[in-house]
Amino acid sequence: MPSTGAAATSTPQHDDAHRSPAGRRFARGRSLLVLGFLTLLLGVCVLFSLTVGSTSVGMMDLLIPSRAADESAAILLGVRLPRILLAAAVGAGLSSAGVCFQALLRNPLADPYILGISGGAGLGSILATALAPAAGLAVIVVRPTAAFAGSIATVVLLLLMARRRGRLLPETMILLGVVMNATIMAAIMFIVTMADFSRYAGTMYWLIGNLSSPSAGELALVYGCLAAGVAVLTLLGQGLNVMSGGEEMATQLGVNVPRLRWIGLLAASLITAAAVSLAGLIGFVGLMVPHLGRVWLGPDNRLLVPASALLGAIVLVMADTAARVLFAPTQIPVGVITALFGGPCFLWLFARRGAGAA
Amino acid sequence: MIQDGDTSAAVLQTRGLRFGYRGRPLFAGLDLSVAPGEMAALIGPNGSGKTTLLKLLSGALRPEAGQVILSGSPLADLSARERARRIGVVPQETSMTFDFTVIETVLMGRTAWLGLFGIEGPEDLAAARQAMESTGTAGFSHRLLSQLSGGERQLTVIARALAQAPRVLLLDEPTAFLDIRHRLEIYGLLRRLNADEGLTILTTSHDINLAARYCRRILLIKEGAIRADGAPADVFRPEILSEVYETPLAVVADAATGLPFAMPR
Repeated sequence: MPSTGAAATSTPQHDDAHRSPAGRRFARGRSLLVLGFLTLLLGVCVLFSLTVGSTSVGMMDLLIPSRAADESAAILLGVRLPRILLAAAVGAGLSSAGVCFQALLRNPLADPYILGISGGAGLGSILATALAPAAGLAVIVVRPTAAFAGSIATVVLLLLMARRRGRLLPETMILLGVVMNATIMAAIMFIVTMADFSRYAGTMYWLIGNLSSPSAGELALVYGCLAAGVAVLTLLGQGLNVMSGGEEMATQLGVNVPRLRWIGLLAASLITAAAVSLAGLIGFVGLMVPHLGRVWLGPDNRLLVPASALLGAIVLVMADTAARVLFAPTQIPVGVITALFGGPCFLWLFARRGAGAA
Repeated sequence: MIQDGDTSAAVLQTRGLRFGYRGRPLFAGLDLSVAPGEMAALIGPNGSGKTTLLKLLSGALRPEAGQVILSGSPLADLSARERARRIGVVPQETSMTFDFTVIETVLMGRTAWLGLFGIEGPEDLAAARQAMESTGTAGFSHRLLSQLSGGERQLTVIARALAQAPRVLLLDEPTAFLDIRHRLEIYGLLRRLNADEGLTILTTSHDINLAARYCRRILLIKEGAIRADGAPADVFRPEILSEVYETPLAVVADAATGLPFAMPR
């Protein structure tokens, strides 16, 4: 914008260059640069995470072929790498889903966990475990499918309740989500208590969000859902932007709002369900990461969706690395780490909103 | 202005429009016609149906019966995307959940013109730039919406509507929260857009004197019915205005312009 400089000096009372987000407008070059940088950073984090753990493995051991390296490679590729890949997928999924929920519900405090959507997926997942006859390929597919049904049911219920009261305040929607979450948790605890406990080894960890080494099939499934979901949400980006002004404004600017809403919620719920069925109820990532992304890159969802996915992957890989090594050999569930950081972050955002900043 | 029945020339038209809220009828068969290049104001007391009519005309609300016709084709047959390429809307107030910059906001006006990937091309940037130049918002294109004054904000929203490259601009009380200087600035801008670019403009207004000063056609409505329709001098009759607004009003002629001016008696 060539006219910016001249006009800014002619109106000094509006000279806000110190916080002017100049050049923030969506530009292909800048977006590719940001995404490239984040991909690189994610690669570095994955490599770093590979090398630290209860068994110390140097990067050099991997590169120089020797007998010691074979053993290391088994640990790295068989145990540690799948877990890191899962962490990346779950972090990316929860964060991009968070961006979508925040845009569609016009609520910067929305997050799949806080709204009870993760809980809904968890309930579906637990139900499938309780009812599915045996382990095997069926469980790999049945559990995520049930989780998807659970997350969709929660979203629909939330929207129906929001609809009936007309214009809903963001805080009210959070309250609805919290109540729904509490109910779902009670249902989960009921099922777990009534059923055979031995089939729910690790359920307690799962409830607060825990990463372990997934099978190749599970990884394929979560990455398939993630790739499809993030691609769809990125393409919806401009529609999500326009929703910022409300349903009516979006319609008047040419957006088919019902279609946008259904595709967006389906995609975000699918990603959430895939993440929850494998990693449990990891909270606050979907809240913190999009906010961080918005502070850095602005609110344009065409960049924010893929950038948040990468940023979320980085955050969860690093959080899980901390969960593995901070109190080694004891491993804490990664959900503990994200909640310990995310809870205060939510409170801070809430307080800031109260003070008038959105 | 065009006669009833002469449908081919109208850019925006309603036929037998019926609409009500929760069984309480508001419009019972409204017929209205706006010719290309007109600049008209919709005036009337609170609850007379001004905003509702504007929403029916833009497609935000669907009529119970009858139809809205845009350049010969029924509005109901057009997709949101097709409507947005023809009609720009400026609401009374705009609240955004997330804080976009002025240029990002104006570019949202191009949404209906974007391809599958939803990314702006050179012609979209050019349209946004032109919209910002004509509204005088280019000077603060990179400021955040939350940092703008009420007047700057409204100009930005008008720029967004202009970026849609519409044939018709519908405005709902665009100066409701603005001071006198910004009111004149906005109406001056609307008249310029109407005169220079032939944009058809329909705006609602509670400031009836301002409407009379800038619009060549005034539509006075009450309880969903048109009470008077014509040039300001024809509509501004003390007996009509007093009855419609249920307040004794006198009309004087402005010595300089000859335009009518209503005030409490």
